[in-house]
Amino acid sequence: MAKVLMDGNSVIGEAAIRAGCQCYFGYPITPQNELTEYMANHLSRKKGCAFIQAESEIAAINMVFGASLAGVRVMTSSSSPGISLKQEGISYLASCELPSVIVNMSRGGPGLGTISASQSDYFQATRGGGHGDYRTIVLAPSSGQELADLTHRAFDLADKYRIPVLILGDGILGQMMEPVEFKHEAPAELPVRSNALRGAKGRASRIVRTCTSNTSDMEELNWSLYRRYQLIKEEEITSETFLVEDAELIVVSFGIAARIARGAIKNARANGLKVGLLQPVTLWPFPSAKVAELANRAKYFLVFEMNMGQMIEDVQLALNGKGETFFYGRPGGVIPTPSEVFRVISRHYYQRGLS
Amino acid sequence: MTKVYSRPKLLKKKIFHYCAGCGHSIIHRLLAEVIEEMNLQERIVGINSAGCSVFAYDYLDIDMAEAAHGRGMAVATGLKRASPETIVFTYQGDGDLAAIGTAETVHTANRGERITTIFVNNAVYGMTGGQMAPTTLLAQLTTTTPYGRDAMLEGHPIRVSEMLALLGGVVYIERTAVDSPANIRKTKKSIRKAFQVQIDGLGFSMVEILAPCPINWKMEPLEAWQWIGKEMTKVFPLGVIKDITGQKDAD
Repeated sequence: MAKVLMDGNSVIGEAAIRAGCQCYFGYPITPQNELTEYMANHLSRKKGCAFIQAESEIAAINMVFGASLAGVRVMTSSSSPGISLKQEGISYLASCELPSVIVNMSRGGPGLGTISASQSDYFQATRGGGHGDYRTIVLAPSSGQELADLTHRAFDLADKYRIPVLILGDGILGQMMEPVEFKHEAPAELPVRSNALRGAKGRASRIVRTCTSNTSDMEELNWSLYRRYQLIKEEEITSETFLVEDAELIVVSFGIAARIARGAIKNARANGLKVGLLQPVTLWPFPSAKVAELANRAKYFLVFEMNMGQMIEDVQLALNGKGETFFYGRPGGVIPTPSEVFRVISRHYYQRGLS
Repeated sequence: MTKVYSRPKLLKKKIFHYCAGCGHSIIHRLLAEVIEEMNLQERIVGINSAGCSVFAYDYLDIDMAEAAHGRGMAVATGLKRASPETIVFTYQGDGDLAAIGTAETVHTANRGERITTIFVNNAVYGMTGGQMAPTTLLAQLTTTTPYGRDAMLEGHPIRVSEMLALLGGVVYIERTAVDSPANIRKTKKSIRKAFQVQIDGLGFSMVEILAPCPINWKMEPLEAWQWIGKEMTKVFPLGVIKDITGQKDAD
């Protein structure tokens, strides 16, 4: 189909509906309101679908839990403070192995923070976020097109691994309008998962629970989740590279920061600097092997994030002492420019005697 | 000889873990009987909650899912909206429904979600060992009101049913008790009617059931049963709180 010009929040909504998302539950918070409104427009009166403006983010994530029990594709969205409120629910979704898609169009924090774009929720997103030993798949789009493609992928991954999937965007991605091509048509018939809980018809009754007084049961659940996480690590790690073939310095950035870094790298290349980009697309699982592979040739890694340095820990773990890392970040919702990042690149490049 | 009583088919053959004299086991049995009599087992899902009844699925032979503490009605809402033909009920205690889950309770009722809530009010936190509940009576001793609940310091017992009755989405609320054979029979009728309201698609329905907790009330079972009629019903009077179905009795 032809490209359409849409804001990023609406792109997620449209892509979700085309992925067969039947239910959406959310609570207003800037900068993601266009997504909630898009779902109100398109789901609240559609047969077989549901939209609820919930009384809180807590209620919304638990409605997601309920709809996922019923076996349908379901999504919620919020921004940083609201995502904090959803963490309890995400822990329960992970424990009960309920597929679900959670969008965080993150903003500057901590606290109520700013409504401007930030990437300060990296730790929260990639370390599980809530209580207990669990992981969620985390996808980090950097453009309108990636919002569309990764939203569709998020629903497929959620069903494939019966896991909550987070889309970690930010205020720029949510608000910015870009031409986007939707590659999927909405399914004619909305699917119901085979393990849906809708009454014990033609089978024995089933229970979905997280509480047990049997510690070995709980240990086995943890092992079973762990095995699935290992499988996800083998199968689903995704990253993008840009001009890394001959690069002596590699910028590592995700999401909108990677977009800004691309501008800086083009500028650097125009000035003869051999600089490339590694953009993790799955933040969990993290493309550690890709980082290690790049370290076979490039020695210097500049991690650029719109926070005080969070993903850099994953880069350093991946390098395991192999290369040298340095960090540049702007927290709190300040949006750095490509020329600012170019200056940082040049400084490190020349200070280390690269040419 | 005529058989006048048998174990409900939907009650698993398992010994209740509940304390002697507890109300949960009676209410579980009533639920099993009503679901069986109304032939709902193939299309019903129960949402149970944190508290003593978190293990309700060990006894009821129907599809059940456990919600996070206080979130039962939000889970039930999501399930019902995704699958409107499914009959959905929540089974919640006073702490779950009237303290940590108050927001979900009020808004689910206000939206008139087509779900049914079984609200077990025993005026105390049972599972955690007898702390104050939102429904604890004034002067009642609990482990966190060791001097008796004082309205000036710990607030008043909340009459949730009366509060919810003000909301447009609420179709039927009745308060019953399981403190005598007659009241147990009334409770069963009330549960039946609440499910019928949902089947008819009318709106939100709830049965508040006053239930004894002898262990945490520090009473003998019989004494606890009598305390419901003597003390609890003064604050939580029995009867229909709201009924806009236009039907006097489900039977």
